[in-house]
Amino acid sequence: MDVSGILIVIMAVLFACGVYAMLERSLTRVLIGFLLLGNAANLLLLIVMGRPGLSPFFGTSDKDRMSDPLPQALTLTAIVITFAVSAFLLALIYRSWQLGQADTVEDDETDLAVRGRGAAREEDLDDEVELENADDAVTTDFPDVDTSPIVVLHHRDVAGIRDDAPTDGPDEGGGR
Amino acid sequence: MNALVPLMVTLPLVGAAIALIAGRHRRTQVLVSIVTLSLVLIIAAVLLVAVDTGSPIAVSVGGWPVPFGIVLYVDRLSALLVVVSSIVLLAVLLFSVGQGAADGDDDTPVSIFHPSYLILAAGIFNAFIAGDLFNLYVGFEILLVASYVLITLGSTESRIRTGIVYIVVSLVSSILFLAAIAMIYGALGTVNMVQISERMTELPQETQLVLHLMLLVAFSIKAAVFPLSFWLPDSYPTAPAPVTAVFAGLLTKVGVYALIRTETELFRDNDVNTLLMIVALATMVVGVLGALAQAELKRILSFTLVSHIGYMVFGLAIATPAAIGATVYYTVHHIIVQTTLFLSVGLIERRAGSTSILRVKGLMRAAPVLAVLYFIPAINLGGLPPFSGFIGKFALFDAGAQSGTPLAMVVIVGGIVTSLLTLYALMRAWNLAFWREKDDHTETETLERIAYLGDAPAAGVQTERRVIPRIMTATTAGMVVVTIALTVFAGPLYDVCARIGESLLQPVHLSQLQEEAGR
Repeated sequence: MDVSGILIVIMAVLFACGVYAMLERSLTRVLIGFLLLGNAANLLLLIVMGRPGLSPFFGTSDKDRMSDPLPQALTLTAIVITFAVSAFLLALIYRSWQLGQADTVEDDETDLAVRGRGAAREEDLDDEVELENADDAVTTDFPDVDTSPIVVLHHRDVAGIRDDAPTDGPDEGGGR
Repeated sequence: MNALVPLMVTLPLVGAAIALIAGRHRRTQVLVSIVTLSLVLIIAAVLLVAVDTGSPIAVSVGGWPVPFGIVLYVDRLSALLVVVSSIVLLAVLLFSVGQGAADGDDDTPVSIFHPSYLILAAGIFNAFIAGDLFNLYVGFEILLVASYVLITLGSTESRIRTGIVYIVVSLVSSILFLAAIAMIYGALGTVNMVQISERMTELPQETQLVLHLMLLVAFSIKAAVFPLSFWLPDSYPTAPAPVTAVFAGLLTKVGVYALIRTETELFRDNDVNTLLMIVALATMVVGVLGALAQAELKRILSFTLVSHIGYMVFGLAIATPAAIGATVYYTVHHIIVQTTLFLSVGLIERRAGSTSILRVKGLMRAAPVLAVLYFIPAINLGGLPPFSGFIGKFALFDAGAQSGTPLAMVVIVGGIVTSLLTLYALMRAWNLAFWREKDDHTETETLERIAYLGDAPAAGVQTERRVIPRIMTATTAGMVVVTIALTVFAGPLYDVCARIGESLLQPVHLSQLQEEAGR
């Protein structure tokens, strides 16, 4: 099977960047990471298609020189799914920002409590306590910057901006 | 008969569309959902009888010839799982209808609950009857997208926080699955499962191993196999009670179903059984130890859920027909019992206003019916005879002992310990929530003994107490009856599972599939 080396390199880079971005705390970057990963997987589907050929219309092109149509169908389906999921993720990020004024993955309080308990017990055995303070630095590549990188004006701060989504609840009357 | 197969997916999808249009009329929505799921249950039952007495049914969608188009493939395993999952979906639907009728819509926007729920059902059924890997992927995506909506229902702060963890983890596993499909297509030139199974043996072992492990990792995340199970106990407990019940019962089992197909059909002569044994042992033990450290019932149950996935992985690792049959029986048992337990915990939450076993007490006297509804599935999950949990575990251990390897013996011991610890975790909850009297003077002593639970997550959460509508109790009671039926009809059910075990390990040829699709 002949495949283009450039495509493979691009796919590998997309996968690497996607994984890197998904490990970030900011949800917007997680979304970007997911889009990169999705495109990398689609590219992989195109790579396994093999040598590019004529457009696969039945009866019009020579069937020995046609491209393999099946990966194209699979890629199309995968693109549609990625599209729908990213739309959902965007809505989720917006809602998360609405609730918490940040688009970051929040710390789980119970997790922190458990870690705190563990750390207190191990303090005598372990002299790596300084890690506690450095833990924000290791989750982001901008250690000195606030982890909420996007500044959006909100109607709580600036009068005249209405950005609250209509809710389905009984108080708004939007959904019924 | 063949025309019935696609209906199992299209009916819920059409139902979802109608329910979405009828968003303002709750009664219509409820009616549509119940009718749709009942129809699927009837169709699946008819198909189960048909494929159990005859041969598997294959339908080529859109009339494309078999290895090229989409094939829906119903064998005994698919039909049995569709029957079981439609029973569970129907019961949970009735439960949520009861809850919605009592609470009104203040908590959750009911207008999107029914459509999402039906789409979830369509995705689950599609995954079970998919005849090619890509259709399985599409089934997974349908059910996952619906589950994203359901787990963040109402989009409160806690649900968004835990929902994000669940969604991001699911997305990664989906991408991995898609990449694995692409690699398999690159290696074999097909996505049809029967054809993959035929051609896979021609590949070198190393290539098979790479493909095998990619699929295993993708499915293990969905099935919550340790070490890929960390997301589950964190994200399930915050969702609404009916949603948690259906997720716990069914979503992980779709992953287990995919694992069963991978281990038996796709990779016949490439085995990673030693790895699976170790992973099974770790899943059982780590899961149940997590359950022991929890004070909140939904979290305890989420951890036991992870722990019991280990039994199914153990059955796959033994890989004899008897073991595969036992795995299928255990899967059926676990779907039903775990859902029932989550439903009865939903009732406890309403009755006592809390699911923390440190706070709830005196329920035995206050709600004796509820006590029965918790107790029977709890000892069933713990594996006491004569219940189905015992039968399933006994069959698994028996198959493991017959394989006779030292590692299998170690896992059997681990399984017995896990079973006892599960019983301990559930009975401790029973003692505290039900046996403990409201005015117990030995209370301080009891509380001192379990003081270490005081700082477990959500140990002190209290919500308002609400009345339990009759329909919720009746549904839970119905599910308890189904769990008992698993024991009473264990003979015929086990025979079907044994036949599934036999047939899964026998190679199917493409010509058979083509012949069945031609009929």
